[in-house]
Amino acid sequence: MATPIELKPYAPQPDLGTPAAGGEPVSLTVDGTAVTVPGGTSVLRAAALAGVDIPKLCASDRLEAFGSCRVCLVEIEGRKGTPASCTTQVEEGMAVRTQSDKLGRLRRNVIELYLSDHAPSGEGRNALAELAAAEGVTESRYALGGRTHAGLPVDETNPYFRFDPGACIVCYRCVRACEEVQGTFALTAAGRGFDTLIAASQLDTFMESECVSCGACVDACPTPALEDKSVLERGAPEQVQLTTCAYCGVGCGFRAELKGGEVVRMTPWKDGKANEGHACVKGRFAWGYATHPDRITSPMIREAIDQPWREVGWEEAIAFAAGRLKAIQAQYGPDSIGGITSSRCSNEETYLVQKLVRAGFGNNNVDTCARVCHSPTGYGLKTTLGESAGTQAFASVAQADVVMVIGANPTDAHPVFASRLKRRLRQGAGLIVVDPREIDLVSAPHVRADHHLQLRPGSNVAFVNAMAHAIVEAGLADGDFIRERCEWPAYEQWREFILRPENSPEATAEATGIAPDTLRAAARLYAGADNGAIYYGLGVSEHTQGSTMVMGIANLAMLTGNLGREGVGVNPLRGQNNVQGSCDMGSFPHELPGYRHVSDPAVRGAFEDAWGVALQPEPGLRIPNMFDAAVAGRFKALYCQGEDVAQSDPNTQHVDAALRALDCLIVQDIFLNETARYAHVFLPGSSFLEKNGTFTNAERRISPVRKVIEPLAGHEDWEVTQLLSNALGYPMNYRHPSEIMDEIARLTPTFTGVSYDRLDRLGSIQWPCNADAPEGTPTMHSTAMVRGKGYFAVTGYVPTEERTTRRYPLLLTTGRILSQYNVGAQTRRTENSRWHGEDVLELHPSDAEFRGIRDGDWVGVESRAGETVLHAVVTGRVPPGVVYTTFHFPLTGANVVTTDNSDWATNCPEYKVTAVQVTRVTQPSDWQAGYRAFTERQEALLDAARSEAKA
Amino acid sequence: MPIPTRNGYVPALPMTDTELDHLVQMANDIARNLDVYPDAAARTADHLRRFWAPALRERIVEHRRTGGAGLSDTALAAVASLDA
Ligand code: SF4
Ligand code: SF4
Ligand code: FES
Repeated sequence: MATPIELKPYAPQPDLGTPAAGGEPVSLTVDGTAVTVPGGTSVLRAAALAGVDIPKLCASDRLEAFGSCRVCLVEIEGRKGTPASCTTQVEEGMAVRTQSDKLGRLRRNVIELYLSDHAPSGEGRNALAELAAAEGVTESRYALGGRTHAGLPVDETNPYFRFDPGACIVCYRCVRACEEVQGTFALTAAGRGFDTLIAASQLDTFMESECVSCGACVDACPTPALEDKSVLERGAPEQVQLTTCAYCGVGCGFRAELKGGEVVRMTPWKDGKANEGHACVKGRFAWGYATHPDRITSPMIREAIDQPWREVGWEEAIAFAAGRLKAIQAQYGPDSIGGITSSRCSNEETYLVQKLVRAGFGNNNVDTCARVCHSPTGYGLKTTLGESAGTQAFASVAQADVVMVIGANPTDAHPVFASRLKRRLRQGAGLIVVDPREIDLVSAPHVRADHHLQLRPGSNVAFVNAMAHAIVEAGLADGDFIRERCEWPAYEQWREFILRPENSPEATAEATGIAPDTLRAAARLYAGADNGAIYYGLGVSEHTQGSTMVMGIANLAMLTGNLGREGVGVNPLRGQNNVQGSCDMGSFPHELPGYRHVSDPAVRGAFEDAWGVALQPEPGLRIPNMFDAAVAGRFKALYCQGEDVAQSDPNTQHVDAALRALDCLIVQDIFLNETARYAHVFLPGSSFLEKNGTFTNAERRISPVRKVIEPLAGHEDWEVTQLLSNALGYPMNYRHPSEIMDEIARLTPTFTGVSYDRLDRLGSIQWPCNADAPEGTPTMHSTAMVRGKGYFAVTGYVPTEERTTRRYPLLLTTGRILSQYNVGAQTRRTENSRWHGEDVLELHPSDAEFRGIRDGDWVGVESRAGETVLHAVVTGRVPPGVVYTTFHFPLTGANVVTTDNSDWATNCPEYKVTAVQVTRVTQPSDWQAGYRAFTERQEALLDAARSEAKA
Repeated sequence: MPIPTRNGYVPALPMTDTELDHLVQMANDIARNLDVYPDAAARTADHLRRFWAPALRERIVEHRRTGGAGLSDTALAAVASLDA
């Protein structure tokens, strides 16, 4: 049944030498060939567009021209000399000559000079060697008195790439890539003249420097000086296929490059519209987990969770699972089971799981991990603007004049978007950072926030109301926009509310901790900008007022007319690769695909006709409802695909009780994750390299995921769902995920125009894609709001009940770091752990001193829900009274301390605020000891299954 | 009464009615957040209808019938209208 793998022969990505320009058309000839290009284009690029390949070493179309290597020399009719074509702009009527005896001589001279000091160790693509061969240079007449850089130590410190100074030609492409593309400024050229050497920071090793291992310099390097270790080890790629990163919601386009059926490199795709050839350490390098020995490749079953696993064939596992589900439904009723879809899986897989639940299980008990991250975004944006999605394309930020980043940490969590943002900031755009913690953006190389509003965790809505109050009060509201595009009566009701004294910057200052003057200045900066854009993350949604805050943000954008064009908008930065998609695909218990309520008879009727069964008209259970119902004894079985609720959901001890109470837990994943420890059936999943499908990123961009290796366990994930459905008696007969997408398109108005053929042709598509927008929609709400008129929701501030007390005097907030991803199941199984081997607790020096805590001490973190133990990092990045950690490692048990408070509208957990006490301790917490014991027992049960299978 | 499970595990949580506690808290949260509107009870009831599974609405309705301990005024009014 598996679909075939389609690979293309490897060829490097084309490089036109200098970036595209945008001026009025200019016509010229290159070696007699006529070509017309936009004004501002370099002669080098014009020649490439005319099909004439001018040699180049220091130029690349991802970097501004530099003009240092002098191999791109040309002659121009009527001009003296031999200018460098990369730094010379085209002019009307220009006649360019790229070949002559003189040019050849000059070029060979330069090449010989370079060769005299070029001694690469190891193989790798080498533009200098290729150029020398093409120009017929075999040896160098320049002996530099024996002086050479060969033999200088190779920097092998980075786990993924090496730097060999002997091969370096000091073209500065890496230095410029680090500055212009990535924005980290980690590389410099140290020394002068011949002694010039490329160095990370102050002659540190790469690992010791500020380098974030994005790989931009490696991609930019024309020699093997900077080279992927995987390529050095396994050899140059021979085949290639386009696909999409499976980590974060940026959704970078990649070229999977293979040799002999094995991936040797993942290279960011230059035509990928989300990333335009850039990537981060996760997508670029951390793909080794896909073939990690921990992968489980055989289905397993067991009667009870204290029994050893038994490896079985697919048929037996599926029959066992289906038999249990049927028996449970027969005994406890149709609503006693449910399913969880995953934001890590594809649209097609997610769609299929919710279809299985609604049509096969016969209930609406389906939910998705977006419940715990961005469900408030869905609710808030649907209520105010009419569509549960961000309004812009990432590229839009290049037009923004002021950017407000609220509760997001893009340099760590959305690094490739952060690089775009930093580029815009370096060009002079204003920046407002709203975050309790001093995130990197507050002061990065050549970037400094105009305002860092260091609000207290839990006071978001007070802040956003004060912003709106200040804007209205200062007369900065965009009356024309509001009158034309929004519901006027709702606006008037809202305006009366927002102008109340309780929403003034002065009145809210106590809650937020933001000085009124600072807040007013920030409000003026945002509202006064020609284009003001808001980007936000989980620091907005994961609160008891997450939905209210999202609505408050949408209100700000409507109030200032910052919607419906490039450079503005409301932009949720999504955590996982397919959060947007899993929500689009009807993963919420109350919504069918395309965010349409199950109670709508017309919508439900369309699905009932297509699926051939009656559907329930009432919402089903959300994940926390499922857990409660399980503990209460009404909910007995769960099918959980690609989602680790035991680690990612709040109040671990409650989740533990719920999972243990299930009679049948079916887990489908690539690893025996934390949740699988409670499972009765384990169905091995496939990684993104092993299947076809699509992911939808934070800008609503649907991008293809393409299979490049066979599924390790024999099936793509959608096939497994289909097997289970068929065994349950609800037939599914898809032969390829494209057929699933065709069904989605037939049933979902915003997807009508989407098909695999169109995706192949366009590369990716931003929904809505239909008759009105056959190529997709980069900017939403451009002529009217999706809901017709924008709705100003009244956003009363209701403080969370999670407050500091004498017993729990500090506020814990949680977040992520660059090298690890989410619960870490993938990144922990890669070299990325070299950057972050454990979660730590950040606390302010004053809080540390008061408790006698020093940097590196073990500290206990206790809340009313539980206690865990971490190493302390004493830092001024967090304000006094606030402590911070990440949740990438299960043993950290960050969610042992988070409570079951949740967003009022969506039950998204309040991960960002937990009142805690922190004390110095000498040993792990009871929970951790218990966790270790349980883990060791489960690992023993797995080993038993494996050795039995081998015997 | 602890709930017997197939694997014989007895949940370690104290045997309060966690589900009902959560439902009361959730209903109150919804009501508190909609209290800024004059028609808060109607909006709360509408929210419960749109987002709560029938079994959960039945439990909260039943809870109100037996006194509705812990429910705020707006939540009580909203739940009452579900029971009408
Ligand atoms: S890997 Fe990225 S951050 Fe590191 S030096 Fe290269 S370009 Fe700079
Ligand atoms: S993790 Fe995100 S930013 Fe990094 S390569 Fe993947 S999609 Fe791009
Ligand atoms: S490519 Fe033009 S000077 Fe290097």
